Amino acid sequence: MDQEMLLWVRGTGLQIAAAVFVIGMAYRMLHLLLLGRRQSLAEARGSEWSGGLRTMLRRSFVLPRLSARGKFTVIAGYLFHLGFFITFFFLSQHIDLLRAVLGVHWPALPRGVIDMTAVLSIAAMIALLVHRFIDPVKRMLSDYQDYLTWLLSFLPLLTGFMLLREIGFQYVTLLTLHILSVELLLIVAPFTKLAHMFSTFIARWYNGAVNGFKGIEA
Amino acid sequence: MKEHETLGQRLQEQGISRRSFLKFCAAMATMMALPPGSAQAIAAALVQAKRPSVIWLSFQECTGCTESLTRSHSPTLESLIFDMISLDYHHTLQAASGFGAEQAREEAMQAFYGKYLLLVDGSIPLNDGGVYSTIAGRTNLDLLQEAAKGAAAIVAVGSCAAFGGLPNAQPNPTGAVAVSDIVKDKPIINISGCPPIPAVITGVLAHYLTFGALPALDALGRPKAFYGETIHDRCYRRPMYEQGKFAKTFDDEGARNGWCLYELGCKGPTTHNACATTKWNGGAGFPIEAGHGCIGCSEPKFWDAGSFYAPLPAPAADVSSVAKAAAVIGAGAAVAVSAMDRAKRQQAQRTREKLTIADLKGE
Repeated sequence: MDQEMLLWVRGTGLQIAAAVFVIGMAYRMLHLLLLGRRQSLAEARGSEWSGGLRTMLRRSFVLPRLSARGKFTVIAGYLFHLGFFITFFFLSQHIDLLRAVLGVHWPALPRGVIDMTAVLSIAAMIALLVHRFIDPVKRMLSDYQDYLTWLLSFLPLLTGFMLLREIGFQYVTLLTLHILSVELLLIVAPFTKLAHMFSTFIARWYNGAVNGFKGIEA
Repeated sequence: MKEHETLGQRLQEQGISRRSFLKFCAAMATMMALPPGSAQAIAAALVQAKRPSVIWLSFQECTGCTESLTRSHSPTLESLIFDMISLDYHHTLQAASGFGAEQAREEAMQAFYGKYLLLVDGSIPLNDGGVYSTIAGRTNLDLLQEAAKGAAAIVAVGSCAAFGGLPNAQPNPTGAVAVSDIVKDKPIINISGCPPIPAVITGVLAHYLTFGALPALDALGRPKAFYGETIHDRCYRRPMYEQGKFAKTFDDEGARNGWCLYELGCKGPTTHNACATTKWNGGAGFPIEAGHGCIGCSEPKFWDAGSFYAPLPAPAADVSSVAKAAAVIGAGAAVAVSAMDRAKRQQAQRTREKLTIADLKGE
């Protein structure tokens, strides 16, 4: 049944996942934007736009000054995200998929590099999970959604790496599991904190814009 | 009907030397991944084997499977071994026709009831009472059910008989199904492929003659010896895949240098067959050696798995249109809900009553 299951996840399953993901994300993000903010009657002391855009950039690329405990989370977090992005956008098989769906494509990175970014990402995720268990504050702050979103982000990475190296199962089975894990991620993403893949930039823009309006150098 | 003589006698009559016979047995043992010593056992068993009666039924098919078999690099022993079975009915190959042909089938079925091998190629249409394919006025379903009753085992030759194949592809107008969808009480061996490799057909028959039983099968009823590995596993271009060297078009520099055909739609990684090792046309080559990706013909539903030229990661259905429609629905819902929110806010502002000292005092 492997072949028919693969056909389903490549066809109907992907259509369902894409529909849920796009409807959910489009709804949540546009709804968030349309909420708007109450008009401020104060005189502007700086530009909302420059403050907003600056904060979007700075929060993405510049490491703030951190305490020793925070440093681990930030560095491991950055490594995971970087590894995840590079693996997702620069593995040739992923580019094949994006070309088929979006019609655009770009050069792929060599397989050796992708192996490294995938392993780095997996290692960072495991380290973050262990830290979440060990650190009393993090453990107290975590609820089921933190563990669920960890698992849903981890499975595509793990099955993807196993697929590239054909570890444990046959290619058909691994490909089916990999696509299925991504579909689960897509379906759940809009309704959990995974929605930050889009909303994080909106949030940063709002923060920056508020400060920009007040003339705060942030 | 004449009692069938042993294979050994027939080989001697035809002047096949023991040396070439043993070479054939060794090749069969290797091909089926049996231990080295088993070549002797195969030889001993085959010499003594009685030629079994074989009835070959062709249903909804293109005759490609028979074409494949008749081109089994003759005149080698592979085609001779097929002479060594008693092919009592095959309406494409036999000389007889009409009532004579049907009579031969009925006689063989009676004489060797419970002992004959039933080979089937083609799918069986079930829609509208099975009228889409009939032989001598009888539906394929009727013929199969009758012939299956007295069969020792059934060999479904080709992807149509094994999985439904092309006739079963969407929208399947004739309601075509595989042999295993109809016959449930007999051992069935699926030799899939469009067409299957001739040596695989003869290999399975040799195994049956040697051991009197069907070989080990995978989850889809295919002999593991031939379908245990993927085309990708044994492909000579595999190193190119590992290095990420992919041909982008069929005539670019990469294609000319034998780079991997993955991005041109090769289904080798998900296709189980022996093409990369057994090869075709007397070992001359297989499709990937000719510069074309594997189309996955030995797997179920291969016609419905998207374009032969779309790479494996590409969706097998239209995802872009679904995503566009979803974006419109999601955005529309957000605009509608926001408008309702706004109306609610404005309504609340209009009907808002000012809090007075009296309210706070609870008067």
